[in-house]
Amino acid sequence: MVDVALQGGAMVVATQVDRGKVLRRLQLGDIVFRNLTRASAITVLVILGGIILSLIHGAWPALSTFGLDFLIQQSWNPVTERFGAIAPIYGTVVTSLIAMLIAVPVGLFIALFLTELCPMWLRRPIGIAIELLAGIPSIIYGIWGLFVFAPFLQQYVQPFLIALFGPVPVLSDLFAGPPYGIGIFTAGLILAIMVLPFITSISRDVFEAVPPVLKEASYGLGCTTWEVARYVVLPFARVGVIGGVMLGLGRALGETMAVTFVIGNAHRISGSILAPGTTISATIANEFTEAVGDLYTSALIALGLILFVITFIVLACARLMLMRLNAKVGT
Amino acid sequence: MTGVVANSPLYVRRRWRNAVTMGLAFAATIFGLSWLVLILVELLWEGFSGLSLAVFTEMTPPPGSTGGLLNPIVGSLVMTAIAVAIGTPLGILAGTYMAEYGRYAKLTTVVRFINDILLSAPSIVVGLFIYEIMVAQMGHFSGWAGAVALAVIVVPVVVRTTEDMLTLVPDTLREAAASIGLPRSLMITRVAYRAARAGMITGVLLAVARISGETAPLLFTALNNQFWSLNLNAPVSSLPVVIFQFALSPYKDWQKLAWTGALIITLAVLALSIIARILAAQRRSS
Repeated sequence: MVDVALQGGAMVVATQVDRGKVLRRLQLGDIVFRNLTRASAITVLVILGGIILSLIHGAWPALSTFGLDFLIQQSWNPVTERFGAIAPIYGTVVTSLIAMLIAVPVGLFIALFLTELCPMWLRRPIGIAIELLAGIPSIIYGIWGLFVFAPFLQQYVQPFLIALFGPVPVLSDLFAGPPYGIGIFTAGLILAIMVLPFITSISRDVFEAVPPVLKEASYGLGCTTWEVARYVVLPFARVGVIGGVMLGLGRALGETMAVTFVIGNAHRISGSILAPGTTISATIANEFTEAVGDLYTSALIALGLILFVITFIVLACARLMLMRLNAKVGT
Repeated sequence: MTGVVANSPLYVRRRWRNAVTMGLAFAATIFGLSWLVLILVELLWEGFSGLSLAVFTEMTPPPGSTGGLLNPIVGSLVMTAIAVAIGTPLGILAGTYMAEYGRYAKLTTVVRFINDILLSAPSIVVGLFIYEIMVAQMGHFSGWAGAVALAVIVVPVVVRTTEDMLTLVPDTLREAAASIGLPRSLMITRVAYRAARAGMITGVLLAVARISGETAPLLFTALNNQFWSLNLNAPVSSLPVVIFQFALSPYKDWQKLAWTGALIITLAVLALSIIARILAAQRRSS
């Protein structure tokens, strides 16, 4: 009897000690896990900070040597060590512009088709196919562009364009020159194919978020599908569409491999968009491993810094717009 | 009455405009899809004819002789595996903080914003970053640098999907776990992770699909290696970089191998993204 009581008491004490230990261990585990996740979240910020700082550090020799001249100089001469970024910046902007001019209307029309016209059973397969286009690695677009698309353009499309716009005053300069196949125009077209899926899938998502009541009301008034899309869906989805377009633009500006294959890598600004040129990313990809001398390397890193700053601004604007849209949908 | 309305010029014009724009929408869709078909057909056409056992068993050849893609395939696999091993835990933990501990914290808003930007930041800039902090410091190109560069690309993808998937887990599950006395860390690892598992695996698969075709960040981190080497302290060959180099070379047999490599990458990426999609769809329907 006494034994049993004693035993019971000992057991209670023992389990209490155990419980205390277990509880402390769990509490400790909790604190460790919480701080681990917090540290990981902060690491994301550290990565961004690291990218910016390392680029500034690497670009400093070139930036301090050339100053603001770096942004407006056209010469890119590794022998005399004179470097200017205006030709790659020009190529980056123009190729992205061509890409957006084509991809935005096409993407919007595809989104319109998917949300308004397409039979239900076909929506998912087409949506998936468009998104698979987004998943194809850029180097595949590059190799296809170089071996298939550029020769095709050179043989059929570019001579036609040169002949077509020959007599027109301004356009004849824009589409002048021998059909090289590779060049700014080809790179822009490849980029258009690459960003098309991004613009399409975001536009489709925001089109689908338009309240059906609005659309039904306008159909009830006798609007045609086009009128509903133009005067109801598009105004309602405007912010989201602009966000999607900026996201696509961010991709186009920074795209490397697809462009490197077909741009021609010529450091000059040519009036004709059929001529070879270069972009920031293509210059870095082509020349970085062969760059001799600190100043050359530094100039290439400075190009990378410029590219990062431009894309950062574009992507930040895109995200802010999409965030504003989400906040609106949420309320 | 109706006849008058139906034939009025305004009505005809509206109908006509509608028909034209809807025709354009249809044409745009055909246009968009035809690129996918064109690229895949060309890839299958050029790639399949070069596909043989030798591709998977022999090293990259010097120009003019036959060979395969064994060393770049293995190099790509090894670097991808290391990148996933580094990037996945980091991404999952960060996503966990954002969805579980700090769902309404200021830090979460900032991290989400920055993460979304990193998600679509130019990958060549990541290559420059790793070049600056690893290659320039160590003095030579290395497989490790390539793997870390890829890991930097993995992180944002995993963070994004982890946060999204954990946010979808119903709070009632968390409350039930808490009510039986589970500490928060166990509630997350034993309950929330399990409920969100399919979605999180999808995220990792998407990340693998994304990095398996990445070329730009490897160009000046892992560089390339003509020979068999598993030494991660030395330059390591990878499939995308070999495709880049071989495709731009003037040699026909190298170009052929580049096409074959491109086919292998594309099939792998498409397979990964289709599996990821199936997993995600299963989650939604269950």
